[in-house]
Amino acid sequence: MTDDEYDAVVGILDRRPEDAELAMYSVMWSEHCSYKSSRAWLGRFRSDYPWVVIGPGENAGVVDLGDGWLAALRIESHNHPSFVEPYQGAATGVGGILRDIFTMGARPVAVWDPLRFGPLEDAHNRYLFDGVVSGIAGYGNAVGVPTLGGEIEFADRFSSNPLVNVMALGLMKEEQLVTRAAATVGHAAILLGSSTGRDGIGGASILASAAFDQTSTGKRPSVQVGDPFEEKKLIEACLELYDAGLVAAIQDLGAAGISCATAESAAAGGLGMDVDLDAVPLREAGMTAAEILMSESQERMLAIVDPGDVDAVFAIADKWDISASAIGTITEGGKLRVTHHGVEVASVPAGSLSEGAPRYERRRQRPDDLESIWADAPRLSGQIDLGATLHRLLDDPALGDRSSIYQQYDHMLFLQTIVEPGHDGSLIRIKGTEKGVAVSTDGDASRCFLDPRRGAERIVFESALNVAVTGARPYALVDNLNFGNPEKPEIMWQFVETVEGIAAACDALAVPVVGGNVSFYNETDGVDIYPTPVVGMLGFCDPMPAHPPRLDRAEAGMDVWLIGQEDGTDLAGSRVAGHHLGGRPAAIDFDVARRVVAHATRLADAAPVLHDVSAGGLMVAIAEICILSQVGVTLEECDAALMLDEAPSRLVAVTPVGFDLKIDDVPTRHLGVVGGDWIDQGPNHLMSVAEATAVWRDAIPRRMAP
Amino acid sequence: MTVAVIVFPGSNCEHDAVYALRALGAEAELVFHKETDLSGADGIILPGGFAHGDYLRTGAIARFSPIMAEVERHAAAGTPIVGICNGFQILTEAGLLPGAMVANRDLRFICRHVLVRVESTDSVLTSNAEVGQVLRIPLNSYEGNFVFGAAETAEGVVLRYVDDRGEPDDTINGSTVAGLASPAGNVVGVMPHPERATESILGSSDGRVLLEAFMTSVAAVPA
Repeated sequence: MTDDEYDAVVGILDRRPEDAELAMYSVMWSEHCSYKSSRAWLGRFRSDYPWVVIGPGENAGVVDLGDGWLAALRIESHNHPSFVEPYQGAATGVGGILRDIFTMGARPVAVWDPLRFGPLEDAHNRYLFDGVVSGIAGYGNAVGVPTLGGEIEFADRFSSNPLVNVMALGLMKEEQLVTRAAATVGHAAILLGSSTGRDGIGGASILASAAFDQTSTGKRPSVQVGDPFEEKKLIEACLELYDAGLVAAIQDLGAAGISCATAESAAAGGLGMDVDLDAVPLREAGMTAAEILMSESQERMLAIVDPGDVDAVFAIADKWDISASAIGTITEGGKLRVTHHGVEVASVPAGSLSEGAPRYERRRQRPDDLESIWADAPRLSGQIDLGATLHRLLDDPALGDRSSIYQQYDHMLFLQTIVEPGHDGSLIRIKGTEKGVAVSTDGDASRCFLDPRRGAERIVFESALNVAVTGARPYALVDNLNFGNPEKPEIMWQFVETVEGIAAACDALAVPVVGGNVSFYNETDGVDIYPTPVVGMLGFCDPMPAHPPRLDRAEAGMDVWLIGQEDGTDLAGSRVAGHHLGGRPAAIDFDVARRVVAHATRLADAAPVLHDVSAGGLMVAIAEICILSQVGVTLEECDAALMLDEAPSRLVAVTPVGFDLKIDDVPTRHLGVVGGDWIDQGPNHLMSVAEATAVWRDAIPRRMAP
Repeated sequence: MTVAVIVFPGSNCEHDAVYALRALGAEAELVFHKETDLSGADGIILPGGFAHGDYLRTGAIARFSPIMAEVERHAAAGTPIVGICNGFQILTEAGLLPGAMVANRDLRFICRHVLVRVESTDSVLTSNAEVGQVLRIPLNSYEGNFVFGAAETAEGVVLRYVDDRGEPDDTINGSTVAGLASPAGNVVGVMPHPERATESILGSSDGRVLLEAFMTSVAAVPA
């Protein structure tokens, strides 16, 4: 807490704060909880579209899928805890976001995990990578929510600041929607779930709102510890409570624990709450009031219940063997009053903890070295050995096969997965309907470093294309903004440029931004991460295509097409440029980008294969189709640069002979014909399918082998 | 003709089991583990998941649930009972099937389609199939490595993992045993998930022949 913030608290209370009060303000006004450095700009995002039921500001965004169906979506980060303790950091990241979904009334049905680490040559990065994947698998599988996809990106800057973002989706019928607004004076506040301990104390303020240095492993006690079994029981108990109409409002306990849940439940209705900490089940003796209020013990919810329903709530909690304890009562007057051992330890205006948090418009300044970085554009050497380059790219862990990761996640639970991990976007069905929901998560740290605005626009269009290739139309977006230290003007400049880029691209696509998360202070020993926005796009189709395109449906004789604007010089931030991080990514033509997305959605009804061209460029996109379909291709001759650069908004389609693409508003080019056992260009063998498969399949496993 | 699908705290495949059975024409109901009356059940499924959080050992606590006394009674009476994945683990812990389940050989959760070969049609799960028939079914488990006890006779295997040449394959999780039946054939444990293989849009419909066998057996139970 800064001196100014402390003075502000004194101003609100008209006296100095007690210990417990100071604890509450310090966590609630931390960057992670209050968004004090980012809120000023987040209003740029639009969510006023007819199909948005709940926009930013609640636990999850909610959109209307028609016929009474609603989808809840949210994305969150758990970066700092994952650096300190990768398994539990990632596990509790999953747990936390699931609670945000079922707190809205929806059963969580899927998660995605966009991850970023330092290069795998470093043993410590392998340790973090393995720990995080194990944590996501361990928690996600045990809690019974399938993990359907995600991303992995590697860069030096993530070595000391890995990024662990998690997106979650829930489905419900409209009558199941629950919101946070507390109902009436006299309602009981019932704490459900795990007991409260010292794990994760101040996690939000100690971990997520500060940078790391050499002493950071000492922060391990601030990492929360997860229990997926407890969470599973909590999910079932809560869904049963909602079904029985026993809950007027509910809030999950995440960052800032009881402080946050009680304050927000009361303030949402403009009311107050009396809280008795003696009623909080504890797992450790001798906890102080401040510790109880700041604890981030996992798997806890706060239900606001009519007094007449309290017994029924306890009965359901008992059925599921979860703890339930009445810890408070909603009051008139807007004050949050907390007692402990019979003594009043806090009395603060409930709204001041969240709404009263400071709002900063920090200084922004474009980095001085940006022009010289743009001038340092990568160039392909005169004579390119395309086969050797392809070999190198397929061996790149940023591009290689991810099945060693996603086969650790149960991605088949719920009989809903139509397009499983390993393709562009996930596609799930809503059983009993023809509806399909598609999701993709996308980030691009290198390009966002080179040009935050263009990089941000690019990932939005890429995400839109990744859902469009399943037959869905882009429908809603959530954003996870991972940045360095906002007290540095260059970082704030990156942040605002990013917000503008995402907003502009979403406006062009008519996609609402229904929620998001900001993670600042991803900085260690003074070095910040690249600006790394990660977007989660939700797509919707009704009906779903009967046979959605997949990357493994290419067959001998089919034609391979490129749809989109070619460039040949857009190498800035490309995989082929590798460590040479320079140049300026090309501007995106919004009209072309929109048209390509629309064509993808349309073609998905009939084209066997559709593939977004992204990292690795056209050469890798084609190779991936050959590997997954286990068949070769003969490509027409063309400039190597066209095969390797990463111009945006391009789509590969593989179609049966005679198929009419029906495209006249975007350039299209016939690339080649599927067949044989080799990836050929003209008469030249580039790589055999067998070798390409072996290299691609081993890219990550061979680096992770003990 | 009702199939009871038992729900333990931590089970998560119960809704899938009900969905798959109903799609094949069965009447299926969820029954909570604290219930003590299963007299109306003509067939029982113990579904997949993480009953009791896998505390102590997977399936170890579930066998003490109130409902298990009824499950044991039904087992002795010849009622068709199939334990899928976690359900298989629970049946071994309850002594209704021999052997035990240990962690996968590579100490990782496995989620992918595998091939299993029908070894015997003398069970409520395999009676509609043919010996030698190869089925493609999803395997989704961390502790799926079945072992017989040192003093136990290795018999009752109804499904074995095979490679794409049709040969028994223990490289998937360390065991070749994918499905096991009691001597009377009415209690069957299966590690892969047949309920996840009833529609080709989900990747395979080879599980239908197994669930249909179960339903045939359930229908044959005297009223």
